[in-house]
Amino acid sequence: MRFSVLDWFKDEKGKLTSKKINDVVIPCDTVILAIGQENSFPWVERDIGLEFDQWEVPVVDSVTYESTIQGVFFGGDAAFGPQNIIEAVEHGHQAAISIHKYCEKESLTDRLEYGMNLITAKMGIHEWSYSNDYGYENRFEVPTVPMNERFKDINIEVELGFEPGQFQEEVERCLNCDIQTDFAANLCIECDACIDICPVNCLMITDNDDEDNLRKKIKTPADNLEQDLFVSEDLPQTGRVMLKDEDVCIHCGLCAERCPTAAWDMKKFTLKVPYALDEANAIDVNATKKAV
Amino acid sequence: MSYIKKPKIIRDNESRNKLGMTVTDYEGVMSTLCAGCGHDSITGAIIQTVFDLNIEPHRLIKLSGIGCSSKTPAYFASQSHGFNSVHGRMPSVATGAHSANSELFCIGVSGDGDTLSIGMGQFTHAIRRNLNMLYVIENNGVYGLTKGQFSASADVGSTAKKGAANLQIPIDPCQVAISIGATFVARSFSGDKEQLVPLLKAGMMHRGFAMLDVISPCVTFNDHEGSTKSYLSTRETKREALYTDYVEPFTVIEVDYDQGSSIEVDLHEGGKVILRKAEKEFSPLNKSDSIRMIRESADAGEMLTGLLYIDENQPDFTEVENTVRKPLNEVPFDDLCPGSKSLAALQKNYK
Repeated sequence: MRFSVLDWFKDEKGKLTSKKINDVVIPCDTVILAIGQENSFPWVERDIGLEFDQWEVPVVDSVTYESTIQGVFFGGDAAFGPQNIIEAVEHGHQAAISIHKYCEKESLTDRLEYGMNLITAKMGIHEWSYSNDYGYENRFEVPTVPMNERFKDINIEVELGFEPGQFQEEVERCLNCDIQTDFAANLCIECDACIDICPVNCLMITDNDDEDNLRKKIKTPADNLEQDLFVSEDLPQTGRVMLKDEDVCIHCGLCAERCPTAAWDMKKFTLKVPYALDEANAIDVNATKKAV
Repeated sequence: MSYIKKPKIIRDNESRNKLGMTVTDYEGVMSTLCAGCGHDSITGAIIQTVFDLNIEPHRLIKLSGIGCSSKTPAYFASQSHGFNSVHGRMPSVATGAHSANSELFCIGVSGDGDTLSIGMGQFTHAIRRNLNMLYVIENNGVYGLTKGQFSASADVGSTAKKGAANLQIPIDPCQVAISIGATFVARSFSGDKEQLVPLLKAGMMHRGFAMLDVISPCVTFNDHEGSTKSYLSTRETKREALYTDYVEPFTVIEVDYDQGSSIEVDLHEGGKVILRKAEKEFSPLNKSDSIRMIRESADAGEMLTGLLYIDENQPDFTEVENTVRKPLNEVPFDDLCPGSKSLAALQKNYK
């Protein structure tokens, strides 16, 4: 197998380019090709009106996924370079909407908006529709086949996977990010129960102030400035505000369980992503009104 | 109450005290009191207090009697000593524990029923003894554990959940305590930790009997309109006589205190309290002043809070009785039990 040893550097435009230094030959019995899905378009004529950017990939609109030629769409790595497969799936959905609109001769940019829904996760006084008993253990190591066993057979799968009990504990490490804490300021009687029970000390009731001071007032200061601080409306009894540092919340729901007035609730968040079928079935509200 | 246990999570930027412990290390088991109970908030304040005072868990004993309040020592300082005693008899047990080891910090947690009804005699005599302990009354005006009957601290006219008004005159633990010679008397509110925590710290560091009456609303039976011990009515009637700051020993005081209107009292066990006057002339160093202020406030429909009376110069129980200062388990056996010959010699004196 011949390898080319390359030296990588940035040219004056900032583009990463390589220079071959030498060739190395490594003798092999079998070569398994596991990398190198192609993402270049030397076979596309450069005079058909399709514009390419400095990385030699087509210029694609980030909303409609349409190229510079009307009716030609790109998605996946071909659109914006290497990204993960979840994004590639999203590109496919969005491009499908565009293709539908293109065929129906509708405006590609006039699209349905993302929707969301919050529904309480409360099933009873101490019962939630999700598992809230947060497991604070460190990550378990996946059991593997012993080293001396691995080489006996090429078909051996090294990772054995978790035993049933182990993975039940492992999944409890989930931070339940789809569950949101929802606070109704008008119900709060400022009994401090949520602040006392919070296992990550992310709450506080205090006088309203500027953000820097508020961040320090939480029991364990909220020092991740990239995460917005949650500040409630004025509380009815004293006019103070409830603070929450969402950055460290584990969504265990203890604040909501301890709240005597149900001012705190745990709500399941659902993101509503429109698909091509939704666009096809979408009712033009204004048109319907006129018709009525 | 809650079915899941509170997960023990120590964050990287969690503050640690001089012993290297976190606040979480001073916590106890999960509370089984009603959600929103004032008592849980007092528990939180006590945890903060022992954390801030760097108290080694083995030097703390927590005692209680019977009642909702008396369940709470289980909810803080799990690593410390504890004694859940007979109804209203906690002061006697505290006296015994303190006699056996006067180096322990004693926290007694009691309620308005445990203190002002069945335990009234014990309570007043612990004050007379000036036992070196912090005695917290979690005062909610009702017997929560037996479904909300009026307690001895319920105000005249305060209504029960179904509307019946209380007609009997309340016992004010602060007035009682001052009148029979308590050396540290304070009142606070479970919903105001900014006031409560410094008072708890000062009470812990006071030599002698420190009584702290904490209004602690009962969310289930006494948090309705018409109750004088609900969250809302306590906030409306609460008046702070003095702002109390506790200053740890060997710390530089950075705040500028107005000499004319602030009082400094050095505490025997370490640190000092600085009292900033909120309003008109009032000295918590004068018994008559204190009682007059409390009564005037009560007549005006207000509830006076803060450190209401302090006297740091009275001898405590061990000093009056001239008992041994060391823990009894450190006293050599021959001294503890001098033998039958010594007993015979002693008895001879009384013949």
